[in-house]
Order: sequence, then C-alpha cells, then structure tokens
Amino acid sequence: MEAKKEYLLQIADNALILSHRLSEYCSRAPFLEEDLANTNVALDLIGIAESALGEAANLEGKGRSGDDLAYRRPENEFKNVLLVEQPNTDFAYIMVRQFFTDAFHVAFFTELTKSKDEFLSALAYKSIKEVTYHLKRSSEWMIRLGDGTELANHKTQDAIDHLWKYSHEFFNATEADQEMIKLGFGPDLKSLESAWKLKVNEIFFMAKLKIPENNYQLAGGKNGVHSEYLGHMLTEMQYLPSKYPDAVW
Amino acid sequence: MIHAETKISEEKLLEHFEAKIEAEEKIEPRDWMPDAYRQHLIRQISQHAHSEVIGMQPEGNWITRSPSLRSKKILLAKIQDEGGHGLYLYSAAETLGVSRDQYIQWLHEGKAKYSSVFNYPTLNWADIGAIGWLVDGAAITNQVSLQRTSYGPYSRAMVRICKEESFHQRQGYEIMWRMMEGTKEQRQMAQDAINRWWWPALMMFGPHDTDSPRTSLAMKWKIKRESNDNLREKFINKTIPQAEHIGLVVPDNKLVRNEDGTFKHGDINWDEFWAVVNGNGPCNQQRLEHHIRAHEEGAWVRETALVANLKHKK
Repeated sequence: MEAKKEYLLQIADNALILSHRLSEYCSRAPFLEEDLANTNVALDLIGIAESALGEAANLEGKGRSGDDLAYRRPENEFKNVLLVEQPNTDFAYIMVRQFFTDAFHVAFFTELTKSKDEFLSALAYKSIKEVTYHLKRSSEWMIRLGDGTELANHKTQDAIDHLWKYSHEFFNATEADQEMIKLGFGPDLKSLESAWKLKVNEIFFMAKLKIPENNYQLAGGKNGVHSEYLGHMLTEMQYLPSKYPDAVW
Repeated sequence: MIHAETKISEEKLLEHFEAKIEAEEKIEPRDWMPDAYRQHLIRQISQHAHSEVIGMQPEGNWITRSPSLRSKKILLAKIQDEGGHGLYLYSAAETLGVSRDQYIQWLHEGKAKYSSVFNYPTLNWADIGAIGWLVDGAAITNQVSLQRTSYGPYSRAMVRICKEESFHQRQGYEIMWRMMEGTKEQRQMAQDAINRWWWPALMMFGPHDTDSPRTSLAMKWKIKRESNDNLREKFINKTIPQAEHIGLVVPDNKLVRNEDGTFKHGDINWDEFWAVVNGNGPCNQQRLEHHIRAHEEGAWVRETALVANLKHKK
C-alpha cells in the first residue's frame, strides 16, 4: 500500500535525519551530561526510524530492507521536513530545532495511538514515552536559554527567528497524509497544529521568548524537495554502502 | 612541642593506613591518607577520566559514516558509555578534593594527560572494530586488576566500567570478524586497522617495569595491583589467538610462540611512545583543541543554565 509506505517514510525520515544531526554533535556538547542526553535522544530517534523503515520495506515487498531504504535511497526520495536537516549552528539552534520537533512528535504520537492500523498504533505506543521525555528536556532547556542570561536569550531568539520558517511544514498534508486521515490510520493535522501551537506558546511565555512577526513558511521536504544540506548529509551517511555496494557490514 | 606531636600522630596515621591496605580494606574519601597517595590517585583517576572523554573523538569520527542502522546504534551507545565512564571517574576523582572544572582546566593547560592511544587517527570503518577489540581489550585487562585497587571510589567505578567494557570488546571483535568474512576490500581494511592499532594497544600498558618510576609506591599501596609487563603479557596471550581465529596477521615479525602456547612480543618502539606522550602524536593537537573548542563554545550555555537554576530556586 503506497500511501502507508510514504507515510511511514515521513515518520522515519524525520527521526533518521534529526538523529543524524544529533550524532554529528557527539563530543561537542557544553558539558558531559548534556553530551550523553544528546546521544540518548539520537538513539531513541534511530530506534523509531528503524521500526518505521523496516515496515516500509515490508510493505514495498521488493526484497529491500530498512537499511536499504536508509542507505540506498536518493535524496529526493527522503520525506523528512526541512527543519530536521538544518545544521547544528550552535546550542540554541540545536535546542530550538529539537523543541519544535519534540512538540510535534508528542502531539503526533499521542494521536497516532488511536490509529486503526495496528502497526502505526503500536509504533505510537512504543515511541510516546521516549518523545515525551525529549519534549520535557527541550522545554526545560528553552526556559533555561530564554530566561537565564541576556546573551542566551538573544542567541535563542535568533535561532527561533531563523528556524520559524521551517516550523509548520509538519502540518502540510501530503497525499499520503490525506489518504491516512481518510482511512482513520493517521491523525488530522489541523488538530495537531493547534496542540503544537499551544505548547510552543506556553513554553515561549515561560521562557520570555517571542514568536516572530514574519510568519512566512517554507516547505518541500515532505515531497522530496530539500534544502542543500540534505545532499551533504546523505553523502556522508551513505558513503560506505555507496562505495562498497556488495559489502555486508 | 606541637610540631613533635603532629609528627608522631602522622606516623601513627601512616601505620594505621598501611595496616588497612595490608588487610585489603578499602581506603575511603574521609580516611586519612598520605599526600603522595592522594596525589597519585588525583593524577591516575583524572587521567583515566580524561581518556574516556577524549576517547569519544576517534570513535565519534565514524558515527556519521556508520554503514548500517544497527552499527550506528551500537557505536552511539558505546560512545555514550565511554562518556558515562568519564562521569563516574570524575566523580571518583572529585572525592579527592579537586573539582571537575579544575581537572578539565588542567587537561586544557596540558598539565593532565589522557591515554596516548587516542592520539592515533581512525582511518577506516575497521578502526572502530579495532578500537573496541584491541584498545578496550587492553583497557579491560588493566581495569579488571584495578577492581581490586585500594581506593574505594576508584575500585567501585572500575567494577561498573568493566561490565560495560567487556561488551565493547565483543562488539569490536564482531566488527572485525564480519569484515574478515566480507569482501576483499573489507578484509584489507581489517588488516590495515590491526596493523595500525596493534602497537599503540601494547603501549597502553606503559613502559617496561624496569622503566616505570611510579610503579613501586603504587604497588606498595595497592593502587596498582599488577605490573605493566604482566598485564601486557596477559593481553597478548588472550588476543593473538583471537586474531588468528579470524585470519588476521599480528604485525610483529619477532613474535615468539612459546611451547606452553603463550607469546612473547617483539620490541616496542619506545621512541614513538614517548613522542606521542610528549605531544607529538598524529592527533594530540586536534584532540585537545576539539575538547577546548567544545568547552569554550558551551560556556554561555553553562552560564545560562546556572543563572536560570538560581532564578528558579528563588
């Protein structure tokens, strides 16, 4: 079933690409405990990606594995939102990107538990605990960053101003989204958007951070049209399987 | 008069301390200990902690190029474990009255060292296998004996660390084994990795016993439980059969196979060892600069966390 496969790829690729960005940050965090927390989130996200990619490969029925989908797909077949491929500019960018994604993941997986599709519902139940912890952590960081020193507030507001234009793509319905909503397999994106905005407003209020006035939004990733960053990420990620296609690792 | 009294009591304290060591009792942070014992531990435990943390870099070099989801998860989890070991060890080291900030400052100033083995580069995927198998393998050999070290917090940290390190060693060996079962290029990568990592792994045990100045006092106070050369021998006797089992050649043309099945390795290049210890290895500068840069770039984050936490307490 093509729509469900595409839908799984959207879920998987958001997790896979964000975890890749976090893995780039390993050994670079402001202190050791935070390095470990960062790696923890990266690991949880790979776990989500692995489950969803495995099921997508099964549905495809062409004998490809989840790994084949991760390591042998071209850039324009990746279905993640533009937000998750944005670079690790500094800790504020990393945490704002994380907070936006975590708030989406919590809203999404909470609703997805009600899916009429057994696999999607199970995936949601498995993931909800993890992403809830991720959101708790990134929300607490938003408050520390926004309501700590003046410098941190400026840096974080700057990150928000830059990343805001990528923050709503989660809620753009692709054909796969529409099909899944129609079947009762996937949640309505409008209600997710309301839940997401509510969370963002709540945390921004506590953190003394502002929603940018410029609300222009960019999109494309969910349809396979990415920023320039993704190609470089995949070049690195897919290096060994591309260079040695016959090798098993 | 006061001076004389103090001197007598110090002698008694030392006697009591050495009697505890003799009886295999652990020395705990609040116990009296000779200054030389404390200084030795400050140096050794912090060096050990820094090694865990700096060791995250050569392995981190391959995370984004891990060739499968499974291998990426294993590598991330392993590096996370190493960071966790760093945390236990900094905590153990802090019980000696020095803060983690101070230890990090000494590292950045070049006053504290970390294991020289991490000053070598990771050049192909098999290096990740070689580090787990050889470097962690050598580390475990040393750490198993350190579980019996006389300082309580260090000994307990070692017990926890050994459990995780033995996983790492098996995972590293599994990478090597898979590659030796793989394509011609994979076998070449595996052999290339052992060629480059074998000798640095042997050097991890430190100079020969005859050239190891701090060993005698550390052995007397049971900080160190086995000599460098003994540990090195244990390591090669365990590891060479593993290499041969999967078809890897140990890069030592003077290796001697004894009649009882044990081995005697060829000459270690001590000039190279001291060059790397003294800062001239292939990656010394890169590793330290990476750590300093991350620390400096994170300064504003640590500061805001501190300020925000204080605001919340009010």
